[in-house]
Amino acid sequence: MKRNTAMVILAAILIAASSVLYLLRSQPAQGRRVLIVSTTTSLFDTGVLDEIEEAFEAEHPVDLRFISVGTGLAIEHARRGDADMILVHAPTRERAFLEEGYGVCRKIIAYNFFAIVGPGNDPAGIGGLPPTEALHRIVEAGRADRAVWVSRGDDSGTHSKEKGLWAAAGYDWEDLRDEDWYRESGTGMGRTLQIAEELQAYTLTDMGTYLKYAKEELITSEVLVGEGEALINVYSAIATNPAANPDANFEDALTFIEFLTSNEGQAIFAGYGADAYGRSLFLPAVKLLRERTDPVIAAWIEGFAYIDGSECPPEYRAGREDLYG
Amino acid sequence: MNAKVTSEILEGLMRALTLIASGDRALIEITLRSVAVSGLATVLAACWSIPLGVLLGLGEFRGRLAVRGVFNALLGVPTVTLGLVLYLLLSRSGPLGFLHLLYTPWAIVIGQAILITPLIVSFVASAVEAADPEIRCLALTLGASEAQANLTVLRESIGGVLLAVTASFNRAIAELGVALMLGGNIRGATRLLTTAIALETTRAEIALSIALAAVLLALVAAVSLSMNLIQRRMSK
Repeated sequence: MKRNTAMVILAAILIAASSVLYLLRSQPAQGRRVLIVSTTTSLFDTGVLDEIEEAFEAEHPVDLRFISVGTGLAIEHARRGDADMILVHAPTRERAFLEEGYGVCRKIIAYNFFAIVGPGNDPAGIGGLPPTEALHRIVEAGRADRAVWVSRGDDSGTHSKEKGLWAAAGYDWEDLRDEDWYRESGTGMGRTLQIAEELQAYTLTDMGTYLKYAKEELITSEVLVGEGEALINVYSAIATNPAANPDANFEDALTFIEFLTSNEGQAIFAGYGADAYGRSLFLPAVKLLRERTDPVIAAWIEGFAYIDGSECPPEYRAGREDLYG
Repeated sequence: MNAKVTSEILEGLMRALTLIASGDRALIEITLRSVAVSGLATVLAACWSIPLGVLLGLGEFRGRLAVRGVFNALLGVPTVTLGLVLYLLLSRSGPLGFLHLLYTPWAIVIGQAILITPLIVSFVASAVEAADPEIRCLALTLGASEAQANLTVLRESIGGVLLAVTASFNRAIAELGVALMLGGNIRGATRLLTTAIALETTRAEIALSIALAAVLLALVAAVSLSMNLIQRRMSK
């Protein structure tokens, strides 16, 4: 009996010691620093950040640690000081984040388009219509029990966009959510697409996630309303303001923002998904905005995602004018 | 079961076997980390929960039943609730933020240890209560102190204690809420089997999710089986 007890205690000590040793390995290697990045799910779940991480870590003594959450939660993380920087896609909320003094050095890094997808037989007849008209038809069909709409309902960037689209079409999202045909999934884009598939419903999606799910044959929904000014989707990087959170790793956050906007970082966005999906999931925005290579799209991005006529007004640049040359 | 589901599961199992056979580095790393985090959490929790369980099972003090009731109720705490509370505490703007534990494996260890504490306490308390009361009386009459007598009862109920510890380990390694909220599912740092399954599912990598789930199940089964064997040998 005594021997048994001794062996149990010995085993417990061994387990604890080897566990501690193993977990110490996750500490960054000697001389490397940690940068915590809270990111919108679409950038993370599509895998583009994996490629960016690999390229960045090879050049800099910084370990990137991505936390994949919706835009709403990413901003909350940064407010609380739990993230050194954020990658998000909801310009109105980004503006509030800057104005409250929590974020600085915002840079637009990439864009693509949202799409309204739905069942192939398109019961509301929205195929090819402009977004506002399409939403009118969905409301009519929904109230006549012919269509269902699934909303993210999770305060993400896509959800913010959806609310904006309803407002542009003359509806108040708060009223619609009480109606029977309007469902809220309260979850990420991928799950929401699958729920829409099950319910034969319409939903708003970012193209990256949609293409990925369509390719894996998890959904058969079709893009019914796509590319256009109203559906533009713009991704930005914002550093946590060191004045608000002195603990934040501001130096490395700026190094990473510089990398994302560099030719190398932009080329990763441009190339990602071209082989697998026949088109890029995210389109680089830096050169487009600087040199206005496509004036129409540049104007769309400016109209939707600029704050007081600039991607980051001078008072929120933390003295880093060089980023905005 | 329809054909698509069956083929997906089979594909996942095949994927699991290939990953294991090829010694996939990411898979091995995630699996070892899961075992280390939950193993450490279990040992830690056992350190304070077993004595507490014995005290609650054998001690004679006012309010004992009330305290036991509280621990029994805590058995059902949802992991996300615990994760949320600990997130607020460990967040850099929270009271324990200065420790810089959030998004490290240590935060998950703490969270899981707290999660399984009520489990061990309640199981151990029941086990020692169920032990033959004669043993304790006998030990006392043979001149043992209160503490020594309690230890004798604990040794007699070793089967129940091991069961409590095994069940706790399995609960820890299979939980998602704490690991996701306190760890953040960071590749190379806090990604565990459960958070990887959740991630790969949202990434539409269904076969890989099933492969990871198969590894997790195999792990839980292996631990339970070996604990069973140890328990039998010890009670001989």
